[in-house]
Amino acid sequence: MTAQQHAQERALLTERRIANLWLDAWRRLLRNRAAVLGGVIIILLILAAGFAPLITPSHYSDGDSAENYTIPTWLVPLLPGNVEAYATISNKFALGADFLGRDLYTRIVYGARVSLPVGFVGAFTALIIGLIYGSVAGYYGGKVDNVMMRLVDIMYAFPTMLLIILLMAFFKSSFGGAQDPGTVSYTFNQVNHFVDGLLGLEGGGMLFIFMGIGITAWMGVARLARGQILSLKEKEFVEASHMIGARDLRIITRHILPNILGPLVVTVTLYIPRYITTEVFLSFIGLGVDPPTPSWGAMISDGSRAMRSYPHLVLFPAIALAITMFAFNFLGDGLRDALDPRMKGTQ
Amino acid sequence: MARYIVRRLLWTIPVLFFIAVVTFSLVHAVPGGPFDREKALPAEIIANLEKHYGLDQPLWKQFTDYLGVTRKPGGEYGGLLQGQLGPSFSSRSRTVNDMVAAHLPVSAQLGICALIIAVGLGVPLGVLAALKQNTMWDYIGMGMAIFGVSVPSVVLGPLLIWVFALALQWVPVAGWGKPSQVVLPAIALGLGQSAIIARLTRASMLQVIREDYIRTARAKGLTERAVMIKHAMKNAFIPVATVLGPMFAAVTTGTFLVEQIFAIPGMGKYFITSIGNRDYPVVMGTILLYAVFLVFANLTVDITYAFLDPRIRYT
Repeated sequence: MTAQQHAQERALLTERRIANLWLDAWRRLLRNRAAVLGGVIIILLILAAGFAPLITPSHYSDGDSAENYTIPTWLVPLLPGNVEAYATISNKFALGADFLGRDLYTRIVYGARVSLPVGFVGAFTALIIGLIYGSVAGYYGGKVDNVMMRLVDIMYAFPTMLLIILLMAFFKSSFGGAQDPGTVSYTFNQVNHFVDGLLGLEGGGMLFIFMGIGITAWMGVARLARGQILSLKEKEFVEASHMIGARDLRIITRHILPNILGPLVVTVTLYIPRYITTEVFLSFIGLGVDPPTPSWGAMISDGSRAMRSYPHLVLFPAIALAITMFAFNFLGDGLRDALDPRMKGTQ
Repeated sequence: MARYIVRRLLWTIPVLFFIAVVTFSLVHAVPGGPFDREKALPAEIIANLEKHYGLDQPLWKQFTDYLGVTRKPGGEYGGLLQGQLGPSFSSRSRTVNDMVAAHLPVSAQLGICALIIAVGLGVPLGVLAALKQNTMWDYIGMGMAIFGVSVPSVVLGPLLIWVFALALQWVPVAGWGKPSQVVLPAIALGLGQSAIIARLTRASMLQVIREDYIRTARAKGLTERAVMIKHAMKNAFIPVATVLGPMFAAVTTGTFLVEQIFAIPGMGKYFITSIGNRDYPVVMGTILLYAVFLVFANLTVDITYAFLDPRIRYT
């Protein structure tokens, strides 16, 4: 072995030692093929949602009722029964057209502008609210902790799905149509329009969905954050910062948070599919995104009414949803395994 | 143990009260009333109806009437304390009690079938995956679990109908009453839950079989079978029991989606339509019913802990 090779090897070893927790985790993540696949799919979905107008032939609310329920030609051999007898069959639409003759492919692509933000914003709000709530309860402990955690217990006894339905009914009918400037409802409505615009949708009421998920999603994170902080605050390095006179806020943000962020981010990532299905569920029952803004849940709901004759109306949005869910589950599992190999395989 | 159960039961009273207050405030905060129609009813009729149902009373009075601690406008007590969930505004001839009696059994039957699938599939799959970690079995089991978690019932339901009812014609598309009509909805509801249980069982099994007491059990010469069944699985089941509580409450009190897709006359539909109709007693009744189910399911789970793991003691 030459001296040069020795030097190279030593350099490699040093580099490996310097590689910190995050770099290590990143490498483990890249070795997980399913997680990489999930990540790639998510990036593709984000790109598709972002560049939707460039990759779709029409606008999501444009349709010709003469072409309603069109079945794409390539699908016909796969369908049971004599489709030619009752349906319009055409090559004009890649995935067919819905009950108003709107291009299904376009609507599915734009549907990603609903589902993806719901997943990300849901995770982000759950993280922020849960983190702040859990940190305060865990750090101050005693009576504060007791009262705050009892509230979490009570929130847990609430049927989340039913609560979110109630909240959506409340938001939609109180804020949705507010026209009088100066009122709280009007402000909410304006913010709502602004959020829809930001996401590239014409209407839809995304803010209300974000609020509904935000209000019902933070408790799990709060419990986890509190538990982590309870164990950390007894550690020597926290005591040491107390001794040199650091203030509470500084101790929490500089010494405690960096230590607990990893598991929390993982937990929240694993929750993303849940937020996406919540929106799908809400739109399915007509309390989610307002039509004509496309949502996979609403499309599945519309399609399931005519499923016997036109199964493509359900199948394609359902497949889009399933692919998205797979991607987030793969990535979430991979992230968890990478950041904390001991947790491998746990929920 | 008895003291613990009593304390837990007493704690449910403030929880249910709080839930009742929040739900009551929320449903009444939603604009519109139960007697709004597309073709508006004459004002006198609405006034009479509201008077009949006590909706002209101040809100706090309506709430105490609902709880059954004050006399209703008719002069009698008739609320939760008396076991009455109130009238339904949208189907006049029935009370909420009638509705629950007619539709809860349907939801409960479906839910229990789904739960049997969830546990019957999830636990063996998880145990197998853990015992044969990093083998084909593990990958197949966890692959199925990922599938179950990723395909929500709103996707699975239509897919199942399409394959088994429309293409293969093995079972009816939808409806309720015959055993063959339970199969698809129970699978649609239970498969996702079974995936959660499988992943949890596997993780908890993997943790338990590395414990010292398992080595001890092996060392004293027990058969592998006895070690796994008596020592490992019993302990591994504790985290699984934890999720079974809320799962039971969720699937037995009605899951709107599956009931809607398969046209099943369960509770779920009434909750959703009651919100649209501002049918306050039905909304309150469904939410409280779910909360009661959840509270008791969780209590049962906590009591089972003590049987599964003698180290857990309640005082």
